[in-house]
Amino acid sequence: MVCAGGFCGLLRRDLLLALRHRSDALNPLVFFVMTTSLVPLAISPEASRLAIIAPGMIWITALLATLLALDGLFQDDFSDGALVQIILSPMPLWVLVTAKVLAHWLVTGLPITLLAPVLAMMLALPEAGYVPLVVGLALGTACFSLIGAVGAALTVALRKGGVLLSLIVMPLYFPVLIFGANAVHRAVDGLDYAPVLALLGAFFAFALLTSPFAAAGALKVGING
Amino acid sequence: MWQFVREWFHRLGSPRWFYRASSSWLPWLTILTGGLLTVGLIWGLGFAPQDARQGNSFRIIYIHVPVSMLALAGYYVMAMAGAVALIWRIKLAEMVMVAAAPLGAALTFLALLTGAIWGKPTWGTYWVWDARITSMLVLLFLYLGVIALSHAFTSRDTAYRACAILGLVGTVNIPIIYKSVDWWYTLHQPATIKFTSAPSMHPAMLKPLVVMILGFYCFYALVLILNTRAEILNREQRTSWVKELP
Repeated sequence: MVCAGGFCGLLRRDLLLALRHRSDALNPLVFFVMTTSLVPLAISPEASRLAIIAPGMIWITALLATLLALDGLFQDDFSDGALVQIILSPMPLWVLVTAKVLAHWLVTGLPITLLAPVLAMMLALPEAGYVPLVVGLALGTACFSLIGAVGAALTVALRKGGVLLSLIVMPLYFPVLIFGANAVHRAVDGLDYAPVLALLGAFFAFALLTSPFAAAGALKVGING
Repeated sequence: MWQFVREWFHRLGSPRWFYRASSSWLPWLTILTGGLLTVGLIWGLGFAPQDARQGNSFRIIYIHVPVSMLALAGYYVMAMAGAVALIWRIKLAEMVMVAAAPLGAALTFLALLTGAIWGKPTWGTYWVWDARITSMLVLLFLYLGVIALSHAFTSRDTAYRACAILGLVGTVNIPIIYKSVDWWYTLHQPATIKFTSAPSMHPAMLKPLVVMILGFYCFYALVLILNTRAEILNREQRTSWVKELP
């Protein structure tokens, strides 16, 4: 009961903070839209060619946008001292980390997921690909936030942690990207995409089980700088 | 017996004891490594029979295969040392972990390089997005991440523990990454040449390979010990026993 109180309290606080700093939360989304709109300019505005690369491009830009937002997951709380209070609280740290990750996903992952169909339309993705794209991105961005929390926790006290964070986290994102982009490709080709999404779901379940503990352990190390 | 094991375990945890003991192992290990590598290289490059299809170009296998094996095994050496350091807080394990990271990265890079050199005469191209090559590339990225993290912290203790956590997370992920890359490759099925590493290698070719693998394992141990000794000196430079060293 106490745990649920702490979880909800921290979740509400983080969402409230995100609401007060609206532009901070919006920046990754703008980045997502901007980088995706570079694709037709750089490659070709022809619908037939865009349709082939659309699933992969949307997944890659979504990955980069979440990476960009990951930096702030613990950083702001660390610089104003709130993170130490969170660690010192009697609540199990992994519960609070899960709350922070959930708040982070609601602020970045969910809007990216909801924006994706609009960008998919602009990149001429065939209609069959929309459902696996949205479902896959919902699961995938959650995986990105969960795994990324470990990296963000390790680099929280470093002044130039941003690039390092992407460097250490990105290899761990490979499976998510493979499954996610492939589900869309399969759907476009008229194949059954449910098994691939199921694998992505399994990956999400595994990340949900393990990464809060890893991130909590990493936070206790990472705040020492 | 149990008493002996425990004592040995405790002694192994002391960097000072390890530094002393390894000084006496090093000459033997160097001789063994040099001997095995020389014999293996001359045997493999000079006397092993030519491959029926690939001719002499197959001989790079005597470098490529041992290096690739150690690149993979090296990550587990690093991760296990990290786990030991996290669980028992053994200083020596932390140093072994930090020493293993650049070594593993170098071996992974060598594996990719020799593979590319081998690929040119056999497949006609240096790089193919093949499942195994891609997995090795991801492994190199994982190594580079650990190395970058180990240099980022001002406090060495924090750096060690952060690397240990990252190494462990990577270990959990490696099988998943490998399976997913494998699966990604089978789905795409690009029209490239399949690997022809026949499991039924001729004994005349296999024997020098076994010698080379053993030689490279000794080489890995040797370099790991040397790296660890350097790390010990670096970290313990303020202690009296290091200052008293000749």
